[in-house]
Amino acid sequence: MKVSEKDVGYVADLANLELTADERVSMVRDLNSILEYVDRLNELDTSNVPPMAQVSDRYGVDESKQGSERFAYASREDIVEGLRKSLPHAEALANAPDADEQFFRVPKVIER
Amino acid sequence: MDIRSLTIEAARSSIQERKTTALALAEAHYERIQKEDGQIGAFLTLSKERALEQADRMDRLAAEGKPLPALGGVPVGIKDVMSTRGLRTTAGSKILEHYIPPYDCTAVARLEAAGAVVLGKLNCDEFAMGSSNENSAYRPVRNPRDLSRVPGGSSGGSAAAVAADMAVATLGSDTGGSIRQPASFCGVAGLMPTYGRVSRYGLIAFASSLDHIGPLTKTVKDAAIMLRTIAGRDPMDSTSADLPVPDYVAELERPIKGLKLGVAKEYFGEGLDDEVRHAVESAIEKLKTLGCEIVPVSLPHTPYAIPTYYLIATAEASANLARYDGVRYTIRARGVKTLSEMYRRSRDEGFGAEVKRRIMLGTYALSAGYYDAYYLKAQKVRTLLTRDFEEAFRKVDAIVTPTSPTAAFRLGEKSNDPLAMYLADIYTVTADLAGIPGISIPCGETKDKLPIGLQILGKHFDEATILRVAHAYEQAS
Repeated sequence: MKVSEKDVGYVADLANLELTADERVSMVRDLNSILEYVDRLNELDTSNVPPMAQVSDRYGVDESKQGSERFAYASREDIVEGLRKSLPHAEALANAPDADEQFFRVPKVIER
Repeated sequence: MDIRSLTIEAARSSIQERKTTALALAEAHYERIQKEDGQIGAFLTLSKERALEQADRMDRLAAEGKPLPALGGVPVGIKDVMSTRGLRTTAGSKILEHYIPPYDCTAVARLEAAGAVVLGKLNCDEFAMGSSNENSAYRPVRNPRDLSRVPGGSSGGSAAAVAADMAVATLGSDTGGSIRQPASFCGVAGLMPTYGRVSRYGLIAFASSLDHIGPLTKTVKDAAIMLRTIAGRDPMDSTSADLPVPDYVAELERPIKGLKLGVAKEYFGEGLDDEVRHAVESAIEKLKTLGCEIVPVSLPHTPYAIPTYYLIATAEASANLARYDGVRYTIRARGVKTLSEMYRRSRDEGFGAEVKRRIMLGTYALSAGYYDAYYLKAQKVRTLLTRDFEEAFRKVDAIVTPTSPTAAFRLGEKSNDPLAMYLADIYTVTADLAGIPGISIPCGETKDKLPIGLQILGKHFDEATILRVAHAYEQAS
């Protein structure tokens, strides 16, 4: 039993999820079952294996270059409206649950 | 009008030759949707206005005797994880119930630029998380071949729509098998291209290093046509490969004699249903008679693929789904007094159980103290899995496997046991982890007449070979 209800509470906080009491109980059960299963990865010796963070760092890459020069193909000039026009405000705010002409409106951040 | 078994070229040429119109074709499909989809549940949103405008555009070209583009007038459906400008996009979730994207997914834009008629948005597991389309927040999708069974997931709607002739072709997405597995359950072709072959711009992100967009179609040739249309570098997706797109259709008829096909013992072990095994073995025999050489290979890290996948995918998902916070995307919990309460309650109310489970698992795997043991470890095993394929592909041109250990299971059969559901992905997740392409095509049926899928895996950017092999098999069977 790796994960306790307290752990679930802590992780739910990190994930910004307000779990109900029932959800917390089934989450303990489900997480433990899955974590027990994924533990088998420890059967493998990976001490000399590099992690694979992404697949595409081999595409179009100039192997002779280092650092950010390697990925030059994937980047562009930092200019305003380089690839396309920005969304007009009204369109960008169109899906907002609450907004004024300029901003998304949310409840107060600081509780006093 | 009989739209069953209608392919892309048949549709397009009949419009070009004025035997029918794009409008009539679109209407025939909407009639079929009206008649069949009540039971199947494949469509979440219909886009009649958009479809009929496009159909009209194509009809005018045909009337003027001008050549139609490659998908001119062809009715298609789009999985609801791809954004469509002005057309509701839900990702199968309540948290996006009213979301209207202000832009188009590149793959969708390319299809429409080629004349495709978008009929509507297709149902899927919520945020593409699932293997049965039972996790949709709206309703499950049922398998057109047996309505008591699942169509597979997460692109269940995409597969069902093609299988039931409610669309000529559809787009789906694949992160752990979500194009290939539903294709196999529904008896259609499903292609997952190499990671980076098709732009992910506009695909609502689940796991950014594993997500792929790909077509589900009635024939392999149609999959080749779709791929040729959507593939290619997109400056809006920096992970899209800057490599030329071959003419996949022209390559299809090249002979397959002499190609070496690998058979990996790890894909034929315990857990594989006997009827599936038999059908796939017969398919391999068939490929042998067509002139392919069958070579035994080993992919020894296969048993570690599922745990690797469920750590990497959930970790990436926990980051990608952090944006659904009640601020920007239509849904916000009522009566919230503080920002923190807004985040927490909007998310808890808006997300379904499976999504929450994966966010929790992913967050845990990335949290301080556990990152090395879980996420980093999984990334290392991912390297080992990829090396297995690199090693195998030194000896063979493609690898043939079953797509899924079983045919379609019944609704409710696995939905109480998340782990049992995850284990159904065993033959498909490896390709997502290694970034290689894979196609599933029908290769027979069970005694209950349920479709069985044959999967062909290829080298990076070698979709041409897997399409060729799949096409040759399809033509011969």
